[in-house]
Amino acid sequence: MASSMGGIKTAGDLVARMQLKKMRLGEAKAYVADKLGVSMFDLSDSTVMRGVREEFDIGVVTAVPGLAKGLEAKARIADLLGIRINSVERLRAKIGTGAGTT
Amino acid sequence: MLSAVVTRMGDGSTVRLTRDEVRRDIVEGSEAAAGRAKVPILDENEVDYLVDMFCSPSRVWGVERGHEAVMTKDGGTNTLISSRLSSGIAAPIGRETAVRLFERAFAYDSMEVGHIDYSVKPSKFIVSVEQEHMELLQHTTVFPLFYGFMPNLGLYYRPDGQFANPSDLLPLGRIDEARRTQEEALEACHDDVVWQSKMFTETGADGINYDTVASTGDAEFLATLRATEVVSSTTDMPVEVSMAAEMVLGFHGELEYKGTRLAGLWPHQQMKLVEEAGAAIFGPVVNNNSRKSCAWNVARAVTFVKACTAEATIPIHPNVGNGVGGVPMFEVSPMDMVSRASAAMIEVGKADGL
Repeated sequence: MASSMGGIKTAGDLVARMQLKKMRLGEAKAYVADKLGVSMFDLSDSTVMRGVREEFDIGVVTAVPGLAKGLEAKARIADLLGIRINSVERLRAKIGTGAGTT
Repeated sequence: MLSAVVTRMGDGSTVRLTRDEVRRDIVEGSEAAAGRAKVPILDENEVDYLVDMFCSPSRVWGVERGHEAVMTKDGGTNTLISSRLSSGIAAPIGRETAVRLFERAFAYDSMEVGHIDYSVKPSKFIVSVEQEHMELLQHTTVFPLFYGFMPNLGLYYRPDGQFANPSDLLPLGRIDEARRTQEEALEACHDDVVWQSKMFTETGADGINYDTVASTGDAEFLATLRATEVVSSTTDMPVEVSMAAEMVLGFHGELEYKGTRLAGLWPHQQMKLVEEAGAAIFGPVVNNNSRKSCAWNVARAVTFVKACTAEATIPIHPNVGNGVGGVPMFEVSPMDMVSRASAAMIEVGKADGL
């Protein structure tokens, strides 16, 4: 609470995804900030990120009908960040538009 | 009369110290880590930061805005749905609800799905249930989901497992037999860890978390390093390796990974091998001394962690929980010390996450 990024309230989940690609914190934040067109400082700001997440339609923390949920949001995150997300690859394999996970 | 700083001991009890006593404890805590692991002590600015932090009367401390780090979680949802394991509250909810609460209500950056009996040996028998939970949760959540478990080599020894127990053999002086049984058991543990990990490659899991690694010493660490190497090189599944304690105990004593003897390794040395094995994230652990102040314990912990982050090429997520990372050894963690330990890990230890 006092030191974490804030998950999908902010960009914490996105930075976490880049850490899974072995990026250190600074590099991961810089990568995500560049893709979102915000500053690294803004990434942990829930006031800024609430609007940014809705604009990109990549999942918001509150319940808003019509916005991307769960796997829908992750498919958009994969495209936005230019990364493979295993569950998205699995969906694409199931509907015949991708190679699937390894 | 000198003004008193209200702080805590490593067992969570409140203690009143002077500012000079806080500084002394911080310097001595850092020196204790440096002496053990042969790593640098904290510099003067870092000591000053910790002194100001511990002497602040504020109940909660945090990182500077913009310095926030990424949270990963071990123990799955046991905090909510288990009992005394992970200080659980036995909430009357299912695991899927619990994971969604961690995303929506607690704003975690990532989460872990894991069996309530968290070791690989029991969880492998119900892997299809575990897979189903992961698949369903991948549909409803946005944040990254790990599947997590403990290699827990101890369960492979009698009376729980099929291999002779080295703890029975060592007191009898049967050193060679104790070593042979660990070598045989670690192969079985390794095979289970690899098998269980690969069962999640088709579920859409975002990563695997090996937790409480080396809880039974160097043989378990070797099994985990080899499994990490196999999973990292043959799948696209990122692996997080989180340790059980600050030093790898040498129950065997002669085991090596790629030419490095495992017994007696400290966090910054463990990190090098974990990196070499191909892991994506390393979680060092620093134990608490409940008879020392939290100032001493936090300074000691961040000194170990700073030595890790100084040389790491992968993210470092130190464990900050009951009895480790400067947090008091007590079932109910005091917020004033959890928040201080967390902030110190990031601001001084330069951790990439917790």
